[in-house]
Amino acid sequence: MAKKKFVVGCFDDEDLLFPAVKKVRTVGYKIHDIYTPFPVHGLDHAMGLRETSLHTAGFIYGITGTTTALSCISWILTKDWPLNIGGKPHFALPAWIPITFELTVLFAAVGMVLTFCYLCQLAPFVKKHRFHLRATDDLFVMVIECTDKTNTDDLKSFLSNAGAVETDLQIAEADWWVGSYDKEDVPFENTNEIAA
Amino acid sequence: MHLKYESQLREPLVSGNKNYHQVTEDIIRPIEAKPSKLWYVGFFTAVALLMFGVYSVYREVTYGIGQWNLNKTIGWGWDITNFVWWVGIGHAGTLISAVLLLFRQGWRTGVNRAAEAMTIFAVMCAGQFPIFHMGRVWMAFFVMPYPNSRGPLWVNFNSPLLWDVFAISTYFTVSLLFWYSGLLPDFASVRDRAKTKLRQKLYGTAAFGWSGSAKHWQRHESLSLVLAGLSTPLVLSVHTIVSFDFATSVIPGWHTTIFPPYFVAGAIFSGFAMVQSLLLIVRKVFALEDYITLGHIEAMNKVIVLTGSVVGIAYLTELFMGWYSQNKYEGYTFWYSRAYLFSPYGWSYWGMMACNVISPQIFWFRKMRRNIYVTFFMSIIVNIGMWFERFVIIVTSLYRDYLPSSWSVYYSPTIYEIGFYLGTFGLFFTCFFLFAKYFPVIAVAEIKFVLKTTGENYKEKMGHLEHVPAEVFAHSGHGHTVVENHGSN
Repeated sequence: MAKKKFVVGCFDDEDLLFPAVKKVRTVGYKIHDIYTPFPVHGLDHAMGLRETSLHTAGFIYGITGTTTALSCISWILTKDWPLNIGGKPHFALPAWIPITFELTVLFAAVGMVLTFCYLCQLAPFVKKHRFHLRATDDLFVMVIECTDKTNTDDLKSFLSNAGAVETDLQIAEADWWVGSYDKEDVPFENTNEIAA
Repeated sequence: MHLKYESQLREPLVSGNKNYHQVTEDIIRPIEAKPSKLWYVGFFTAVALLMFGVYSVYREVTYGIGQWNLNKTIGWGWDITNFVWWVGIGHAGTLISAVLLLFRQGWRTGVNRAAEAMTIFAVMCAGQFPIFHMGRVWMAFFVMPYPNSRGPLWVNFNSPLLWDVFAISTYFTVSLLFWYSGLLPDFASVRDRAKTKLRQKLYGTAAFGWSGSAKHWQRHESLSLVLAGLSTPLVLSVHTIVSFDFATSVIPGWHTTIFPPYFVAGAIFSGFAMVQSLLLIVRKVFALEDYITLGHIEAMNKVIVLTGSVVGIAYLTELFMGWYSQNKYEGYTFWYSRAYLFSPYGWSYWGMMACNVISPQIFWFRKMRRNIYVTFFMSIIVNIGMWFERFVIIVTSLYRDYLPSSWSVYYSPTIYEIGFYLGTFGLFFTCFFLFAKYFPVIAVAEIKFVLKTTGENYKEKMGHLEHVPAEVFAHSGHGHTVVENHGSN
């Protein structure tokens, strides 16, 4: 919850982005994030991000759904209120498959979406700093976090040489806050020190 | 895997000279413009229909199911026909968004957003029918399995009608989540270019604070893929379970094992027809011909002729089995109540045959598949045909059952029965008009994602690569990204 200093480089072509990421990382700058208008395949690897485990979470939610359905139905129909329907077995597993399947899917989908929103900090009324408004249109915005040793002018010209069409320096809150996008609000007003 | 090069033989999916900004501009501009007069006319017509539907439902709730002409032996009539029809329509949306994603069909990107919206609205409409068919609709919550003070009296988990409750509600929820998670980046695009405060506020809220961060995109991709993987069996299960409502009974004409695949094919068939009807209008009204091209329309017509023929085979198989089984009740249902033109409901069977099996064969001809007027006309015909199909299945099996003394008088609907159906049209189009005006009707981010491989202007530039030797093709040409991307997919 503190403001930090960032150097922002905007690229207008994802083909220039990959060599730029490589150069920036080789020199040793810390890439805060890259904002793109659409998923650029391979960018996560180029940036050195690890694979997401979201699908594993989805699997766990799924088997939770399976277990919930099977345990509830079998308890209800064999223990809590067994009904004799033409002498058929109370434990009628084949007839339970449809609901078991549906609950598996339901749990997996709902769980995954909620986890996704939690991990990405997405929710209604959540506001985040936008480094460039065209990051959701046609620009690929590379944001580099500065330390007190960073020479921002050098970094800017470094990014320009790497192909950035626009560079600038921004002091911004990197975290989310509750706000509305039609207001120019200043989050966490008491913490305006710049962290290293 | 996302291919970096696509053969010139394949038609471009985005025509015209586009860049990323132009894509945003083309798709989002209609949201920012004032709605046209035609939009208001359409919207208020839909609202009026909806109001009539609400009144019809009010009559039914107040005075009971007697407001409909359902009678002894025909306990299911227009209501369940409409239910199955609407659910079926919904299936195309999921098929396009999920199954075609898994099959890596690039053309889905132009149509998936609108098709998914159609799914959600169609399922909303479908749900009304079984709920109000209950009669005492204020007891609808009895279908929820929870420990209650009525015994506890549990629902019957062995009943296909309860499977339906789970299937439809899961289907609705999962479709909604899939659709909305895809909308987040596009809402953010609308938000970031919004000029008015209100739009910034509303789309800012709707976009959940989406920023386009690389990590978020990585998770988003994973989420989409898994949701597609979940939706694919889900969509098959939903219409399978709907068909179980019939197939697990012992009514002649319903008691067949062919029902699940036959229903699923029919659902996809009618759904694609509805997608065609809607998108042909949308692309015209919002000038999106560059994104929903003749290629898209042709691809969907191919699905229509395929599924229409699958359905046709199913009809013929049923007729054959009606004779081959030598079961006299089956024989009577199929060869008298259905296939005999001069039986009371014979007209509906032959209407179904003409609309679903015979007329779609026109799409074997490329010229017809790429003709917008023929396509639009056929999309309406197919939807009428698929309505007939459900009517045939339900009514011709019910109106004469095992006991001739209980054979009913001729069933035809009351005005409130029809009004309820019209009301769901009102609901559907009210939602769809609002969607078309306030939502990006094409997935902006997904179009940008495929633009460089399938956009007309980009493809043209890559044409020469097809003539270079393989060695050169592999190492040069369209750039370094091929190498950079290699490990990722």
